[in-house]
Amino acid sequence: MDARVTRRFPLPSEIQDVPGAEGWRDLYPFFTRFRPEDDQRFWFYNSMHFPEPMPSFDAITSEVPYTGLGAFTTRVFAFPTALGIDHRIVNGGVYITANTVTDPEQIEQRLKVFQQRAPHYYENWVPLYQQWEQRLRGLIAEVDAIQVPQLPQFEDEAVVREARGIAQNHFVRAAFHRCIECFSKMWHHHFEFLMLGYGAYLVFFQFCKRAFPEIADQMVARMVAGIDVLMFRPDDELKRLARLAVELGVDAPFVDGADPHAVLAAVAKLGEPGNAWLAQLEKSRDPWFNTSTGDGFYHHHRSWNDDLSVPFSALPRYVAMVRAGKSIDRPTEQLRRERSRIIAEYRALLASDAERTVFDQMLGLCHVVFPYVEDHKFYCEHWFTTRFYSKMREFGALLASKGVLDDGEDVFHLQHFEIDQALVDVMLAWAAGSAPVGAAHWKPIITERKRILEKLKSWTAPPALGPMPDSIEDPAVQMLWGITSETLTMWSRGHESPDSTELVGFAASPGVVEGLARVLKNVNEIGQMKEGEILVCAVTAPSWGPVFGKIRAAVSDIGGTMSHAAIVAREYGMPAVVGTGQATSRIRTGQRIRVDGDRGIVTLLG
Amino acid sequence: MDGIAGEWVRWFGDIGLGDRPLVGGKGASLGELTGADITVPPGFVVTTAAFEAALAAIDPDGAIRVHIGRLEQDDLAAITAAADSIRERFLAAALPAGITSDVSEAYQALAGPALPVAVRSSATSEDSAEASFAGLQDTRLCVQGIEAVLQALRACWASLYSRESVSYRLRLQLPEGQVAMGVVVQRMLASRASGVMFTRSPLTGDRSVIVIEGSVGLGSAMVSGEVTPDKYVVNKVTGEIVQRTVSAKAVRHVAAFDGGVRIEPIGDAEQRLPALGDDEVRELAALGKQVERHYGAPQDIEWAIAPDERGGERIHVLQSRPETVWSRRDAQPVAQPAARAYDHVILALHNRRR
Repeated sequence: MDARVTRRFPLPSEIQDVPGAEGWRDLYPFFTRFRPEDDQRFWFYNSMHFPEPMPSFDAITSEVPYTGLGAFTTRVFAFPTALGIDHRIVNGGVYITANTVTDPEQIEQRLKVFQQRAPHYYENWVPLYQQWEQRLRGLIAEVDAIQVPQLPQFEDEAVVREARGIAQNHFVRAAFHRCIECFSKMWHHHFEFLMLGYGAYLVFFQFCKRAFPEIADQMVARMVAGIDVLMFRPDDELKRLARLAVELGVDAPFVDGADPHAVLAAVAKLGEPGNAWLAQLEKSRDPWFNTSTGDGFYHHHRSWNDDLSVPFSALPRYVAMVRAGKSIDRPTEQLRRERSRIIAEYRALLASDAERTVFDQMLGLCHVVFPYVEDHKFYCEHWFTTRFYSKMREFGALLASKGVLDDGEDVFHLQHFEIDQALVDVMLAWAAGSAPVGAAHWKPIITERKRILEKLKSWTAPPALGPMPDSIEDPAVQMLWGITSETLTMWSRGHESPDSTELVGFAASPGVVEGLARVLKNVNEIGQMKEGEILVCAVTAPSWGPVFGKIRAAVSDIGGTMSHAAIVAREYGMPAVVGTGQATSRIRTGQRIRVDGDRGIVTLLG
Repeated sequence: MDGIAGEWVRWFGDIGLGDRPLVGGKGASLGELTGADITVPPGFVVTTAAFEAALAAIDPDGAIRVHIGRLEQDDLAAITAAADSIRERFLAAALPAGITSDVSEAYQALAGPALPVAVRSSATSEDSAEASFAGLQDTRLCVQGIEAVLQALRACWASLYSRESVSYRLRLQLPEGQVAMGVVVQRMLASRASGVMFTRSPLTGDRSVIVIEGSVGLGSAMVSGEVTPDKYVVNKVTGEIVQRTVSAKAVRHVAAFDGGVRIEPIGDAEQRLPALGDDEVRELAALGKQVERHYGAPQDIEWAIAPDERGGERIHVLQSRPETVWSRRDAQPVAQPAARAYDHVILALHNRRR
């Protein structure tokens, strides 16, 4: 970046409390607060993972992941130049910064450690990943099996007959701690392979940019991306169920806007074929409906299993297409052939056999790491996390049953440290034979926090804070968030000229389309999307798959060329611009926009 | 349009790249393209042997070549004096009889008594991978009637001794004895659009894109710099048009069928119309890919879109020469193979701060 450019973003200390929400600090633990010296560092708003203000409990989805991420980069593998992530919360928004190593001596020292350790994973990637999948399935089963004691009037007689010697109030806290422990283990495993995988992507991207200076990131991504990835599986299951409904002749109840439970009841009335379909639905639900309607970072991101309205909103369209004799299958063979052709042609265009060997080595490594990099999200953010939140709801139900909370869902307005206290109060009261005192303590706090959270929703978080960094070095930051030095320059320009009618992002999928925008601020609004509209969102996740059949183009605030929106848009052959930084705040629903997926520009027309 | 030919001419269908010493660079390339089933306006080449015979007629002792070989590349006055005098002698001399009759017969077979042709120089030294000689030698458009063709033939020969051409040869230290001039005579197109195509980005050397520049009318308007062409960048692998830049085009060159080229102003409303439709851009790119594959190396291609006999339009290739600028820089690979694939990651993580 040009050193003469002295642009900067607002400093953390310059951020004003949202009026009426001055008490937001009480929602989060002390270690998440900005301190004066943080003004010296560059931070960016992690709107990809945390696009909404954080409820108190949900802050655990920043605390725990960053505990795992940094452990693997800083301590386990010792990446030579990259440490971990520091995070802070202000006005409910999560800001992060990547810590890097600049001292040459330290880099050398870390390199020696890294060189001894990283090869073990690269060389044994496939068997280690198989082991990893088993571990994750084990963790999911473990969190599912955790029993939350109900604290009835009298203890179970078995405690006496088997002389267990421990009453169930003991297990309230133990069970809660085990949930948190499983969550923490999951996040460690999440980062076990990830940065090594991103490293493989990064070197291949860099090589392609040198060999083909004009190559679009999306083209490199097309060569890297696999075809059989889990992110497409839930949508594939819906297509299977739609075909089956038509085959069995039970497709009549699938009409737009129908309540899922009404549809299920109607299908059940159709006798044997109806039951056959319902049995197949059950098969699909476990595990494929354990997919989050978001990306697993908020308690209200329920799974398809928790809320059937998302999958059932896609079914009528698929059913109609099957009836009309149209194919709804992903053309996987064609996609595979096309990918092979693209790879072969780029390879042939290289200048020498030496370059072709490098290309084969780097792309080969990308293809080895790809299944993990792509599929871990289903296991971690979707399957495990939605089960974890379900378990948390059981603790909420326990507290509500004891009168401490008005509603079990209110548990998510407590920090996990506070839930610990709330549970101890209940454990004590059950033992003492008295009433818990928590209601008087927690209820006013929860009411206040709900009010504050509502206020915080009106805040537009600046995309970044602090001085512009010289460059963005961390491979995770580059690949995962799509943030590079160019992005920063772009964002800071957007900050300076909010009147511009052009938003610049990454050209994620080619083509130019004009149409009406539908801005979805929240994943639960997914049902509002209408045929032929242009999707504008903060970020998309795998469970958004079904909506891509309806839309003409996609625009996101955050995401690079390997982000979900980019991958899916390329498969559907529709233009996409990702990583615009501010599309959801600058574009209105119903506004006419032009999406130029060749150049990465969104133009506001109306 | 091949078959019978006199001693001094060769039809495109009968020659290929290997015939460069006999027909020059452009002629060899057009013959090669014709043989590869790429659409080229039909024509023939007046061979370098004819040039040698004509040169011998005005300079039986071979003094011209000796004199030029001894010139200093910086001595512009001496170069100018020598070049001017040689050109005058070429233009004034009568053609050896056999050449006149061979060219007349071939012209008659190609164009009938009066159809317009393009007469283009085809030096043995031009359009090689080492030296382009771009635009240094003569091309005459819309030449009609055998007398005019013969005059254009002399002019092409003479242009080998233009001041610029001689200086260029001296600077590159090309042996003067190996420099000779073939002359291409081919059917003139009434081009609706024309331009150049680079099967490798001239800007970055990227081999995965094709850059097409085009304007309306004959290509001479672009070559002379009178119009800024429209520019298209096409991905060579997917065929996607990744960039379109349409410029205002104030004039077009059209064939004046009484001979030569007429400059025609373009109305304000039309100036910003694209010279090419997307389908044409894609078709051109596919053609570029085909030509590149035939030669096995990136090419700079001149093309034109002109009406065909069936009332439609057709893309013609007027010239293809190997790309010379970036191909010299390819010797250094952008990265070296590593012992193990993941060594690339270790290396990259280590080097990022440097």
